[in-house]
Amino acid sequence: MATTSRTRKRPESQQATGARRTRPKGRSGTDADTGAELLGHYRQMLLVRRFEERTAQAYTEAKIGGYCHLNLGEEATVVGLMAAVTERDYLFTNYRDHGYALVRGMDPGRVMAELYGRSDGVSRGWGGSMHLFDTEVRQLGGYGIVGGQLPLAAGAGLAISYRGGDEVVLCQMGDGTTNIGAFHESLNLAALWDLPVVFVVVNNQLGMGTTVEMASAEPELSKRAGAYRMESARVDGNDVLAVREAATKAVERARTEQKPYLLETVSGRLRGHSVVDPATYRDPAEVEEVRSQDPVTALHDHLVGTEVADADTLAELDAEIGGIVKAAVEFAENSPSPDPTSLFDHTYATPVPNDSRRLPADPLFPLDPTAGA
Amino acid sequence: MAHISYRQALHDTLRSELQRDENVLLMGEEIGRFEGSYKITAGMLDEFGPKRVRDTPIAEEGFTGAAVGAAMLGLRPVVEIMTINFSLLALDQIMNHAAKIYGMFGGQCSVPMVIRTPGGGGQQLAATHSQNVELFYAFTPGLKVVAPSSPADAKALLLASIRDDDPVLFLENLALYNTKGEVPDTDEPGEIGRAAVTRTGSDITLVGYSRMAHVALQVAERLAADEGIEAEVVDLRSLRPLDRQTVVDSVKKTNCAVVLEDDWLTYGIGAELAASISDGAFDWLDAPVRRVAMAEVPLPYAKPLESAALPSADDVVTVIHQTLDAVGRRSDRVGAR
Repeated sequence: MATTSRTRKRPESQQATGARRTRPKGRSGTDADTGAELLGHYRQMLLVRRFEERTAQAYTEAKIGGYCHLNLGEEATVVGLMAAVTERDYLFTNYRDHGYALVRGMDPGRVMAELYGRSDGVSRGWGGSMHLFDTEVRQLGGYGIVGGQLPLAAGAGLAISYRGGDEVVLCQMGDGTTNIGAFHESLNLAALWDLPVVFVVVNNQLGMGTTVEMASAEPELSKRAGAYRMESARVDGNDVLAVREAATKAVERARTEQKPYLLETVSGRLRGHSVVDPATYRDPAEVEEVRSQDPVTALHDHLVGTEVADADTLAELDAEIGGIVKAAVEFAENSPSPDPTSLFDHTYATPVPNDSRRLPADPLFPLDPTAGA
Repeated sequence: MAHISYRQALHDTLRSELQRDENVLLMGEEIGRFEGSYKITAGMLDEFGPKRVRDTPIAEEGFTGAAVGAAMLGLRPVVEIMTINFSLLALDQIMNHAAKIYGMFGGQCSVPMVIRTPGGGGQQLAATHSQNVELFYAFTPGLKVVAPSSPADAKALLLASIRDDDPVLFLENLALYNTKGEVPDTDEPGEIGRAAVTRTGSDITLVGYSRMAHVALQVAERLAADEGIEAEVVDLRSLRPLDRQTVVDSVKKTNCAVVLEDDWLTYGIGAELAASISDGAFDWLDAPVRRVAMAEVPLPYAKPLESAALPSADDVVTVIHQTLDAVGRRSDRVGAR
């Protein structure tokens, strides 16, 4: 496939050393991949796109509370990564997790119900946008604390290794995460203990408003792997096949050799950090460049250009996806809110005496009805 | 029954749990080759091998979080954090992850793990190595926190903690490791969330946990022998859940209480106990609930300064005297002899 070629201006010092990001060359394109596969990827990318657009709308309508981070602009990365893992593998993500949930196979209605805070939500209304979790599809959480999921993923890898299993853990994170201590500690542990964990840095080039160059002394983030003698790669995150191919290699290496891997995907963020962020700090030219590399549009044009599908077929697909998203919203709207009587249902897995079940106005001890008489 | 030390009780229990359940593994700094900073895990690397007795890098956040992740997949890791001071480096994984995962994901995934860690100053370790920050964990719903003061409770509560499906912070104490007591031979888990009345008495209630429950018993025996004062001692054993009822029941009997704690007074566990007693036994109280707690300074190195800051048995006796004097009970007692 041919997405728009992208080279971004890099700091002079980096250009001088040749540390410039370019699209990987020589990877497979439509020659090696069937049109049906690409069409399947496009369908999933479109699902993420339309779901997220509808999510943004629902947020502005105050149907969704809290923080809400979208995968808009990261669809090729999300779909490429999810194509590389099997259903037996485990997934840990950060808070920008809706797209992963959808492509991993969570029901769109239950994902939307979670965003709505309803009882049919994948986390029963306890987690919200940042904390999507479903043991069925082995997506063991979106995590709101930057870097929090990394030690957990290493630990999941430890459990697999301990039992001699051949599952793999895929641990997604953002570019800003590479500067937190948990990143170093987790990658070191994974390498030291030969854990089957693929760490994926989704480099959308922005923390909230902080650029990678502002935050990272080595802005080519995949190079961090060298400190742990870990294999790594850096790919164009707007190219679903490139992501899939690189992730597949990383996952298979983790599976067969029990070795961790650091994969960096480079893409852009089409919207603000969260739904409420107007992103006024961004250079309009930079935003325009990201838009011009929109992975969904690019794949659409590629599919039409290579005659895998005509524009009418893709419009029909879009309409079908629109129906799925509409149904998801309806499901969420109709799902009941959790009953307040369930407030103490999930404090402990093993019940113990004297567990507090006190509501804010409840006394610690029964009030004496004769007091004050 | 065997008469063994607190340290030995912990060691023997870890060993028997490793033998009983293949999902149990130990993780921590220097627990294997070095056999543990306080030798709780002595001999275990040789017996169980590096897969199950896992030396970690100095990376509290990383290995504690890895234990959380491993527990999510069904292992039962028992993490040793060298002292509770270092648990601060793992605070994010303990408070934001171990404590949250079961509830935040709607009860889909439990976190059956134990964090063993000793508190306790008084060894000239200075400010950063002498803190008692169990309050942070006792404050956090989703965690369970136990703090045994005797070898028997150390065994019973460690068994309960390892077999529990929730994350348990298991508080040990440097000053207790060498104390001895009778320990049952049977593997009967204790009950997390229950306090114990370790001495009955009618004059005053003393409440403590970990080392201070031990000090409370010593003081109570001394007062009984020297002054005929019969103090009742409540050993909390569990800081979360907190067994307020046992404390309040005792105060309803004695009508006054002194709370002992090894940590700082302001906002402390003693403050919670005093408030609970006020809620549950207001009409029974003959005197304000007093707290004996550490001076509110970073603990100094120099011995006289350190000794002045830490609560001692003499401090406890002083406050008991003041409390009994306030209700006119000591003079009665002394006069009666």
